[in-house]
Amino acid sequence: MQRKKLMWALYALALLAALFAVVILSLSFGEISIPYKKIPQILADKESMEYGVLFYIRIPRTLLGFAIGGSLSLAGAILQGIYRNPLVEPYTLGISGGASLGVTFAIVAGLHLLNILFLPLAGFIGAFTTIFLVYTLSLKKGTLSVNRMLLIGVMISFISSSLMMFLMSITAAENIHGIVFWIMGSLNESNTTMVWVMVVLSVVCLLISYLFVMPLNALRLGEEKARHLGINSNVTIRILFIITSILTGACIAVAGVIGFVGLVIPHIVRLFVGSDYRIMLVSSFLSGSIFLILCDIIARTIISPNELPIGVITGITGGVVFIVLLSRSQKRSKLLQG
Amino acid sequence: MKELLTLNNFSCGYKDGFHITGINFSLAEGTFTGIIGPNGSGKTTLFRGISGDLPISCGSVVFEGKDLSMFTLREKAQKISIVSQFTETAHITVEEYVLMGRMPHRKPFQFFDKPEDIDIAHHYMQLTNTYRLRDKSMTELSGGEQQMASIASALCQKPTLLLLDEPTSHLDITHQMKFMNLIQRLNDELNLSVIMIIHDLTLAAEYCDYLIMMKNGKIHKKGSPETVLTYENIENVYDTVVVVKINPVSGKPVVFPVSERKLKELNKR
Repeated sequence: MQRKKLMWALYALALLAALFAVVILSLSFGEISIPYKKIPQILADKESMEYGVLFYIRIPRTLLGFAIGGSLSLAGAILQGIYRNPLVEPYTLGISGGASLGVTFAIVAGLHLLNILFLPLAGFIGAFTTIFLVYTLSLKKGTLSVNRMLLIGVMISFISSSLMMFLMSITAAENIHGIVFWIMGSLNESNTTMVWVMVVLSVVCLLISYLFVMPLNALRLGEEKARHLGINSNVTIRILFIITSILTGACIAVAGVIGFVGLVIPHIVRLFVGSDYRIMLVSSFLSGSIFLILCDIIARTIISPNELPIGVITGITGGVVFIVLLSRSQKRSKLLQG
Repeated sequence: MKELLTLNNFSCGYKDGFHITGINFSLAEGTFTGIIGPNGSGKTTLFRGISGDLPISCGSVVFEGKDLSMFTLREKAQKISIVSQFTETAHITVEEYVLMGRMPHRKPFQFFDKPEDIDIAHHYMQLTNTYRLRDKSMTELSGGEQQMASIASALCQKPTLLLLDEPTSHLDITHQMKFMNLIQRLNDELNLSVIMIIHDLTLAAEYCDYLIMMKNGKIHKKGSPETVLTYENIENVYDTVVVVKINPVSGKPVVFPVSERKLKELNKR
């Protein structure tokens, strides 16, 4: 027991150290390179150009990477726990489909010309409409059927992507560019308030979900066993589902669709720290943040001065790392078990 | 003797499906009860009704003088523990699995296990001979070992009533006897009440104080092993020819099956 606590503390410390390192990297890399030693000095001098770069571009962007990466990974870890299905991620439930449809509709209707904030709003509304639909359609006589929910989520994804194609086919060509750009996702957010809202939201959701680590641990053995251990699995699943929905909806609204973080990171974390949610949740959050900040550094430096969509990087690196880990045979069974 | 569990005109079952109806029985504290009956006679349904996994459609369950539906899930888990026929496993060590049994006694926001919880878990792991497996993953264990870990976890809940669904079905005769002896010892020493679904009629007769025989979702016969396990009852419920004799050592009934060929030979004579 003592040994386990020590290990957990070590994992948490190592991840925090890694997070610190990537944050520094993210602040110093870019079009103008800022040596990490000079960062404190620059932040003290509000007049310099580097101060502007750091304060208005790199710090918000890094913070957003921290919040979005952490949120998506946390949402994935929770969903994989409540569904006991290793393939679930925030986007499997049709949430990204709904959000994309909302944004497409807003662009086609020209709402983004009125106020740029209409786009994230439309994404958020789209995400929540989907969640509401998935949730109510999966309710069967008051109880939530997990498999139904998954199937309905997948179907809603298909329906919304078809509707999106329909909208794209009838709209002007310049709108299509805007839609595609939004769907690809980006950590480029000019509104600092939105960045801070996202940071606070992600940390608050992490804290709330941490209250449910023991029920999540019991749910690893199935809903029935959890109930026999005195856990109200129905209530737990509902609350956690709402938390993940808010997280995912907000992430999509702010940064567009960034796939793969929610699916791959919790898996990789589970390989190293085990499936105990007391350490799993925190580790998933931190690893998600580290991963997304790293991917963002790559996305904006690799073909500089141009920028790659971050989804390209998360997809490729996440997928390759995952396959490599999966083929290391001694751990394969553990991974598939979830 | 104090009443522990009473079922009054109890009915429950699956929606548009199988139902058990009109179940009445009352068990005193410390009774070792066996539920017997052919496959599909409603034994597990009865268990799921008592455990709250199936909605009660009629009648009531009274536990320690209080209607069972008045208990919260947590209160219920502190009093009644259930060992299902199949052990649900995950990639966790046996020790972690057994410690899960302390869940109903955890305080809210208690993230770490208290030394007391760990002592209790180790005690029951030693009792069920799973302590040696404590660092192994649950998925690496054999069916019998999983069952033992599952019992250890159930005992960690410190229940007054233990429900066991066919616990001996995966076990060879050595482990069967060890298991039944363990349950009997707990029954004697801790005055733990046990209700066990069991297929082996001879084992049921040997260990149980009270038997409930089910047929087609109803109680066919209940009472002491001697009154329930007569050859008429068994032939009636199981539709098989058997011979019942008395175990010369324990004085309990023993059920002998008779093969079809032997029956034909006997009929020809």
